[in-house]
Amino acid sequence: MSVELDVFVVNTTIMDEEVYQLWLDGYTGLGHNINQLTHIDILDTVIHQSYESCYLSAPSSVNDAVKVRMEGGVLEGCEASAEVLHSDTMDQYRTFQMCERLLHSPVKLANQLLFQIPPHRQVMLIERYYAFDSVFVREVLGKKLSKGTKKDLDDVSAKTGVTLKSCRRQFDNFKRVFKVVEELKGPLVENIRQHFLLSDKLARDYAAIVFFANNRFETGKKKLHYLTFQDFAFCAGQLISNWTVGALDNMVEDMDVDLEKEFLQDLKELKILITDRDLLDQHKSLVCTALRGKTKAFNEMEANFKNLSRGLVNIAAKLTNTKEVRDFFIDLVEKFIEPCRSDKWTAGDMRLYLTHYTNSAHVLDTFKHQVVWDRYMGVIKSCILKMYHD
Amino acid sequence: MPGKLKAKIVAGRHLPVMDRASDLTDAFVEVKFGNTTFKTDVYPKSLNPQWNSEWFKFEVDDEDLQDEPLQITVLDHDTYSANDAIGKVYIDIDPLLSSEAATVISGWFPIYDTIHGIRGEINVLVKVDLFNDLNRFRQSSCGVKFFCTTSIPRCYRAALVHGFVEELVVNEDPEYQWIDRIRTPRASNEARQRLISLMSGELQRKIGLKVLEMGGNAVVGYLQCFDLEGESGLVVRAIGTACTLDKLIPGSASNTNTHPNTAPASNACNSPSKEIKEPVFSEDPTHPLSVPPTPLRTLPSSSSPPPFSPSKLCSRQSSSSDTDLSLTPKMGMGSGISVGKEAGPLKTLLRQQAQSALEQREFPFFTLTCFPPGFLVHIGGVVSARSVKLLDRIHNPALGNTRSYKLLDWNSVAADEPETRDAWWEEIRQEIKSHAKALGCHAVVGYSESTTIWYITHTILRPTSISSEEVCILSASGTAAMLNPRFMREGCLDAGGSDQRLSRQPPLGMVGSERAEGEVSSSWLGFDDASPPSCGFCHIPYDEFNMPFPAQLTYCYHCRRQKVPDVLFTTIDLPAEAAVTGKGCLIQARLCRTKKKAQGEVNATAISNLLPFMEYELHTQLMNKLKLRCMNALFGLRIQISVGENMLLGLASATGVYLSALPAPGGIQIAGKTPSDLSYDQHISTMQKRINDTIAMNKELYNIHPPECIEEVVGSPIPDRQRSRLFRSTSESSDELSELDLSHGKKDAFVLEIDDTDAVEDIQSLLTDAPMPAGFYSCNTEVMPGIYNWTSGLQMFTSVRVYRLNNANLTNQGLNKIFTDLCENLLKSLYFKLRSMIPCCLCHLNFTVAVPEEELIQVAVTAVAMSFDKETQLAADKALNKGSGENEEQLQFSMELCGESTSSNNQPTAKPSGLPESAMTHSSSRASSSERCSPLPEVRSRSLRSTRSLPCGAPVTVVKMTPLSFLPRTRIVKYLGIINMFFIRETTSLREEGGVSGFLHSFIAEVFAMVRAHVAALGGNAVVSYSMKECVFMENPNKNQAQCLINVSGDAVIFVRESDQEAIPPLITCGQTSTTGADGTT
Repeated sequence: MSVELDVFVVNTTIMDEEVYQLWLDGYTGLGHNINQLTHIDILDTVIHQSYESCYLSAPSSVNDAVKVRMEGGVLEGCEASAEVLHSDTMDQYRTFQMCERLLHSPVKLANQLLFQIPPHRQVMLIERYYAFDSVFVREVLGKKLSKGTKKDLDDVSAKTGVTLKSCRRQFDNFKRVFKVVEELKGPLVENIRQHFLLSDKLARDYAAIVFFANNRFETGKKKLHYLTFQDFAFCAGQLISNWTVGALDNMVEDMDVDLEKEFLQDLKELKILITDRDLLDQHKSLVCTALRGKTKAFNEMEANFKNLSRGLVNIAAKLTNTKEVRDFFIDLVEKFIEPCRSDKWTAGDMRLYLTHYTNSAHVLDTFKHQVVWDRYMGVIKSCILKMYHD
Repeated sequence: MPGKLKAKIVAGRHLPVMDRASDLTDAFVEVKFGNTTFKTDVYPKSLNPQWNSEWFKFEVDDEDLQDEPLQITVLDHDTYSANDAIGKVYIDIDPLLSSEAATVISGWFPIYDTIHGIRGEINVLVKVDLFNDLNRFRQSSCGVKFFCTTSIPRCYRAALVHGFVEELVVNEDPEYQWIDRIRTPRASNEARQRLISLMSGELQRKIGLKVLEMGGNAVVGYLQCFDLEGESGLVVRAIGTACTLDKLIPGSASNTNTHPNTAPASNACNSPSKEIKEPVFSEDPTHPLSVPPTPLRTLPSSSSPPPFSPSKLCSRQSSSSDTDLSLTPKMGMGSGISVGKEAGPLKTLLRQQAQSALEQREFPFFTLTCFPPGFLVHIGGVVSARSVKLLDRIHNPALGNTRSYKLLDWNSVAADEPETRDAWWEEIRQEIKSHAKALGCHAVVGYSESTTIWYITHTILRPTSISSEEVCILSASGTAAMLNPRFMREGCLDAGGSDQRLSRQPPLGMVGSERAEGEVSSSWLGFDDASPPSCGFCHIPYDEFNMPFPAQLTYCYHCRRQKVPDVLFTTIDLPAEAAVTGKGCLIQARLCRTKKKAQGEVNATAISNLLPFMEYELHTQLMNKLKLRCMNALFGLRIQISVGENMLLGLASATGVYLSALPAPGGIQIAGKTPSDLSYDQHISTMQKRINDTIAMNKELYNIHPPECIEEVVGSPIPDRQRSRLFRSTSESSDELSELDLSHGKKDAFVLEIDDTDAVEDIQSLLTDAPMPAGFYSCNTEVMPGIYNWTSGLQMFTSVRVYRLNNANLTNQGLNKIFTDLCENLLKSLYFKLRSMIPCCLCHLNFTVAVPEEELIQVAVTAVAMSFDKETQLAADKALNKGSGENEEQLQFSMELCGESTSSNNQPTAKPSGLPESAMTHSSSRASSSERCSPLPEVRSRSLRSTRSLPCGAPVTVVKMTPLSFLPRTRIVKYLGIINMFFIRETTSLREEGGVSGFLHSFIAEVFAMVRAHVAALGGNAVVSYSMKECVFMENPNKNQAQCLINVSGDAVIFVRESDQEAIPPLITCGQTSTTGADGTT
């Protein structure tokens, strides 16, 4: 006797969060049985086709999810067999599968009629669907969200231990969010929040991912490996809220995925801080006066001042060049963070130094670019402080 | 008289991409009613078009309004080629025709395509202006309300119950027309959907007319079914109970039926109607087995099983018909009760002088399963009839236009066309009626009809030709009962005095016998104060000296004045006033019998020969399982027999309870034939021990602690049957056995003989029924007796499974085992999936079995899981136990006799002495496990409800669905109309849609969605009495094809939460949405 067909449909769709997580994590409990359903709508067809191949490629893991659930002790206290568990897993997987299309445009989930899902469950479904593994995102951060990158996902999967299915979901999420907000005006985070109904935290993370992908910041170099996604997300937040067009005027036509061109041009003016010898010396003495006696690393600071200052100002001056923008973080690390680290500055030292470095520039008589300087250094300071760790 | 139908197409959303080049759609809408079609403008390049059309107005007859659905088709405009259909919406506008139902239909409807499923949504507004209809000879019946609910709807009061109405219409099935060979599957499916919609509209209208003729204004317990008879055609038939309902003004008490003083007189024998009745009755076939000459090869449908009655032990086919004969004259003269209901509509009859109406009253049947207090006087037992028929092509004129299909009306059955479905059903109903009479009852309640059809070429989708060798089993069942005729006579509810006119003539025979007993005289009819409502319905309606079947009678354990049987089987719900001990539980009997492959008449004969045996075995199983659970009555009994090519399946479901009025059931005893063999003895004693243990465990599980009483076996005409015996149907050694004295204490015991292997199997299967997991209860009736404190948490579900029997050469036992396992596994699976609802009860758990093709078994179930509050339940249990103990007159007596049991009464959780250890560990593990195994705590912990609102327009109205007639902790304030929908879904890319499971899963989800959308558009927030009456699934994996037909029905309602209850917000945010829904209509 074999079960040929087995379905269980409820009026109020309530998913088991544990099974949902297994599904999201790519435990393909369905084997070849389930492909994408194509009748709800035909949007995102391209993306689905790749999913399909994924399902077809993993018929061997039919019972993975069931196994995990059994090991999780779900059967304890229930007089149920593995068979029952399998049937339950299949039912839920099918439901997720059917919901997936709706999750691609979460606004639809709220006013679609196919599934009656309580609002708080909708929130959970969306939030978890768009959640990502930080190990995974770290791998693709700043990469172009293209087909080429997607093809390399199996390497990423092997490297991170995240299943290929899950990698693809996460990648597609990034890409989907990117495509939608690319065309939109207004603040990035708010756009993401409204179109994908994500929590503030998650929306900010996506904003960072979109921002990084758009500007193609280099994050994969070995020297940057010590940085976490959250470090980058923080920096992205700083850049978005201070260096983009939208940063000054929210209602401006453009959106804040791109850095403000004018500002980048203005940054060139800062070069005077290192090219004008007097100004450089003056700046150095002001900073040293303020720092003297306040830190153990004073000698190193004094000795390195000119090098460090040149580093920061050069980064600023080069930002008009798109290629140099990509190297923004690597430059920060190479030109500033690494020298400081080798001099064993503490985080406190760093804060102290940057504060005085920034503020002293205001006192310089011949330095006229105070506004641009503040706008630049404000972001640089918080980024470096965030990035300055082991 | 005409009415004006107005429709406005507002907008669409989530439309599919129809133009791959632009990824957009140029959508427009066709609105069609009858033969008139309107179109909206094309809304170019959008997936969310805003048509905001003018009002399209249709001026039509109200007859058409009732029959036709409004058909909305969404299309994609294409300049160069034909426009592509996106999908359709059919809107039944019947709810708008009744002043008390909905006034406007407005909302988002899923756009449905039979090939692609739901494809976007469309917002539609529909209104009807109906002109007052003064035409006497009208063909419409606008305004008659229909209810699927099988009880008096919650916000109405039954002024009058008129009785049985039925109708059936026949047509050719479009799927089997020649044109189907050349048209697309989509066109064929749509033709079918539309035809069935038309037919059910017409059917409803015709039934409405009958109701108006009878003077009623509503049909309650409306049950509509489709018989897809393949090439023979398509039958849509319906039965219901005509009533006159008065709307209750909210707040006023609904004391519809408290006229105890006027009652005694009301059972008048009403001689006039008796005169009408007698001649009719004499026309009864003198032998139910002989069927009128059948030119169309109707089989001598032997399938008239005996009345399925309590304690029926060895009665055979023949015995039942004998009983009928012998009892008929007696009942006609002696009881005279049977005509109570004819009295009421008498005036109507005279007024109309219509033979048809008269014939209709021929059947004192009621499709209700739940009655106003006092309505039900006595219950006789279950009556059922089955008949096997060969289907032949229905003689239909060709389908020219939509209205040309022929109605084979009950009244229009001409003499030259005797072989119609009507005639078949009449035959069955007559049989039911005579069975009821044999039980001394004048009415049948909880009545239902069903068919099982078996096609030979079922497996092939879209057959180009189908053999007409199709066999159909018609079944009807109900509960013989005596009713209080007050409800059936005009005016008497309001003016009790009118009853005096028809003074009661004492039924001679009965009075004599009763006086002889020196007991209860007037209470025979149960109308007087003396018969308490909590036990009155259990008292036997039949003459105890001429019992229709051997039964053991005792005095009622509740009032001690009347006789009650030892077991009671019924098809109705447990009356609310009934006194019950402990809780109830679902009891299923399952049976599989092999049958030789055959065709035509041979096949039909084989089936009809098997039927009585199947019924007998099912009955035996039910009885055993009932005893094993220490219960004495079955409610909601539903027996289904399905036919396959090489087997028959029988499934009986019912809810067992312990009625306090009935005697305690005896245990089950096992008797061996060869007591000399020591090991054999040992085997028997272990078996016996297991059974005893199970009974003890069940007693604990269901909280059954009846007060111990002294057995009073009153003078039964059947000589001292202290012990009823259970025989296998094959066993013929009754004489020999009766000498065995197996008395075990003073308790009656069922004896199971294990002299053959069959019996061993029986016992095994008895004991292999897996116990329900802790925290679960189940029943197939409306509510579980013994559970009162429902929370508002409920979850309706539909589950369908198809099993393939891989081994073709199975024995009966093997098949039985497989079938039993299959049902048990399905139940286990349900328990697991719903574990987050614990503690909960699965209500209305009715399985539907089918054998779609050789070696396939399909089981479908739609039920609801309702959670209840464990804390208060425990308290209630305690209080109840205490209460019943105190009320019990014999309290002191029993205390003296058996202090042990009383103490366990009061503390149901305490360990009763002698309880097996296993049971204790079981119950003690309960608390912990219920906490552990709920991964979805949100179901009950409503405080978790997120306050985060989704910023996306108006939220979708939450629509609750339930197969029950009510929602716990709510009050239904308005019935908006009946929902009756039929859908076909087909695919030619089965694998791509996730295989058969994926296909059906999404289809069922779509059906739910469409039902919810229609309810929400009517302004409602729930569907009650929801049922999936048909789910026909066919697949052809080789062609990557599948097709499924689903028919669902229910009542759309508006409910409000009971505010005076402790504030527990319902599962979902139905608060705000429900009020908006209500606002829309008021």
